[in-house]
Amino acid sequence: MKQLLMGNEIMALGALRAGVGLVCGYPGTPSTEVLETIAKKKSKGEIQNVYVEWSVNEKSAMEVAAGAAYSGVRCLVTMKQVGLNVASDPLMSLEYVGIKGGMVILVADDPGPISSQTEQDTRKFGEFSKVPVFDPSSPEEAYLMIADAFELSEGTGSPVFFRPTTRICHATASIELLPDLPKKKPQGFIKDSSRWVIFPRTSFLNHKKIEERNEKLRTELSSYKYNEITGTGKKGIAAGGVSVAYAKEALNIIGGECRMFKVATPFPFPEKKALEFLDGLDEVLCYEELDPVIEKELTYICGKYNLNIKIKGKLSGDTPNAGENSVEAAEEIFAKFLGLPTPEKIEQPDIPLPVRPPTLCAGCPHRASFYAVKLAMKGRKAVFAGDIGCYTLGNAMPLDMTDTCLCMGAGITIAQGINRAEPDTVCFSFTGDSTFFHTGLAGIANAVYNDAHMVAVILDNSTTAMTGHQPNPGTGKSAIGEVAEKIDIEGVLHALGVKSIYTADPLKLPEAVETVKKAADARGVSAIIFRSPCIAIVNPLPLLTVNKEKCVGCKKCIKELGCPAIVKDGKKVKIDSTLCYGCGLCAYVCPTNAINVKEENQNA
Amino acid sequence: MLNILLAGVGGQGTVLASKIIAACVMKRGENAHTAETIGMAQRGGCVVSHVRIGENAYSPLIPKGQADVIIGFEPGEAVRALPYLKSSGTVIVSTMAVTPATDSLSDGTYNGKDMIDFLKKKNIKYIAVDGEEIVNRLGSSKSLNIALLGAGAKEMGISLEDIEDVIRTSLKPQFLEGNLAALKAGALYAK
Repeated sequence: MKQLLMGNEIMALGALRAGVGLVCGYPGTPSTEVLETIAKKKSKGEIQNVYVEWSVNEKSAMEVAAGAAYSGVRCLVTMKQVGLNVASDPLMSLEYVGIKGGMVILVADDPGPISSQTEQDTRKFGEFSKVPVFDPSSPEEAYLMIADAFELSEGTGSPVFFRPTTRICHATASIELLPDLPKKKPQGFIKDSSRWVIFPRTSFLNHKKIEERNEKLRTELSSYKYNEITGTGKKGIAAGGVSVAYAKEALNIIGGECRMFKVATPFPFPEKKALEFLDGLDEVLCYEELDPVIEKELTYICGKYNLNIKIKGKLSGDTPNAGENSVEAAEEIFAKFLGLPTPEKIEQPDIPLPVRPPTLCAGCPHRASFYAVKLAMKGRKAVFAGDIGCYTLGNAMPLDMTDTCLCMGAGITIAQGINRAEPDTVCFSFTGDSTFFHTGLAGIANAVYNDAHMVAVILDNSTTAMTGHQPNPGTGKSAIGEVAEKIDIEGVLHALGVKSIYTADPLKLPEAVETVKKAADARGVSAIIFRSPCIAIVNPLPLLTVNKEKCVGCKKCIKELGCPAIVKDGKKVKIDSTLCYGCGLCAYVCPTNAINVKEENQNA
Repeated sequence: MLNILLAGVGGQGTVLASKIIAACVMKRGENAHTAETIGMAQRGGCVVSHVRIGENAYSPLIPKGQADVIIGFEPGEAVRALPYLKSSGTVIVSTMAVTPATDSLSDGTYNGKDMIDFLKKKNIKYIAVDGEEIVNRLGSSKSLNIALLGAGAKEMGISLEDIEDVIRTSLKPQFLEGNLAALKAGALYAK
């Protein structure tokens, strides 16, 4: 019977079907549910002989998998595209060393970007690191293709990229699950220092082998079944990933007919298949997201074989050079390319619509932490270096407490740099608990060692909230929900040499403000751990209510906090009991003491 | 091929409603695809679910101008989704507005009635469901999603019996009674 499953679940099940023995990664939208699916199955006892972990960061994950793959185990590493930057050091060398057990590195790209810092293209990372790339065009195809990725990895002794994009990861499809493929028993680690120890001399030799192998793969992958040519005509469209789906549907809608080339392995590029596609064509339009990978390859092939064919795409300005593709965008571009009438433009409704920007949840302890720092620093010159997580939303009005955000863990080090440039400024960093363990520790060591002056605020909400509440080393829980060693954040800071360490409950505003003042006046590096759990993992506290007689309608609560649960009610305010989580912050802010705890907790 | 777009805000149960629709059509042996576009916020942001039924639905998202039915869980979100509607399509819309948090900050003037008037003005085929009345009668806003499915069942080509079956097998027993009442209440609006 068919089941309705999410792309990420489907890829996880595809990897299990292919006999994966070790799965590790770091959460990151849109990749997170791949590992979660396997962790859930493991915790329910539905799968045996599969090890699964949330690693502390992508670099650790890549290295754990490399060790297991050296020992002949099939491994799956999962991350989002920017996570690959963190893992790029082991990746680049690993390609030279190679692996024994199939190793699939699933990196989810995020065209748009919808929930990422960059629009980087993992297909390019494939070319850079020389690691072959599979680019699925639908969840159904990904289910089968991931087994091919394991086969190619084992066959070539190289890790292989599997690169879905957001729309593949988060789409659901009805699919029929297939029986498991036959499994090989891993050999275990066999010592061979000439193979597993990287040296300049062996790297030179391996570099030559890799280039020869990838050149050969350009021919071999040309007969890979998912690199397909369909349709007829003098014009051709070449597409990869989910853009294939957009292209097929757009052609159906506009009634367009042309030859189509679906590129499932953008690196090494299926050159022979491309020649077959190009044969007899006048013009080609490349429809792809992020970088012009297919476009550059086809342009190169046309040059190499002296083919007089015009290759169009991002470089020629015929398709957008940033953002997501879509069927409706393809309709317009294809109609122009094929000389068909321009489809009717779909207008946006000409009426102002409610704006719903992302905000911190009602009751989010981050709001309280930011507000405490804001009050404590009133009248002082201060900079607030943020980081990656829900708390990036601290930049929104009215809090306005995030001045910088770059990449995971960067807040701590950026604060140091700003203080070097502006020594009279109190420089704060805000780092979540998961981010602290991910890449925050080195920044703290750097600050202590170099005698920086800064306040490192750790927002410990006891979970990795942004990606859907995964455990981390500070939570005492493993990926499969078992008890794990809980790493103590204060202890880590102490061991790294931070002298002034304060812990405070941000929901107790007056104490929290005093703590911030003390930390800001401490010499050198000081740290504040604001500890209060994410509202999504605990029950609500007693809710608050507005005493209409005492409320003078000054709306200070709204203007200071921007809490979604506090809404206007005529000239006064009220608290939406369906949203309030009882954090109590507004009660401190109200100048007339009109906000108080309700007698009964209705949301519990 | 049938395309159904569900548009609401976080916490309204759009994703669950899309899964129920998919389960209904899979029960009769048809293929279903769904996809969500969700903003960064856990609560209060726009959530749009795309349900595609049948063959040749390649794209995970419904192309603009191709939705047969739009279910607006909230009047402003129904209007925002209009570019997806086919000229022959129908909008099922709850008239109960959800005011954005930012409206309290800036003197926002959003009201749901303007949105329904806009649908009328644009000659769009729509069924207005009095969400407030249903929520008050059922004593909870949690089942509004099921009421909207009841109101739109006919347009979606799904029987109320199939929705009921799926609800019985997939929802927790303690929520069953309220949801079945919501389904009935919504079905009264069907034309």
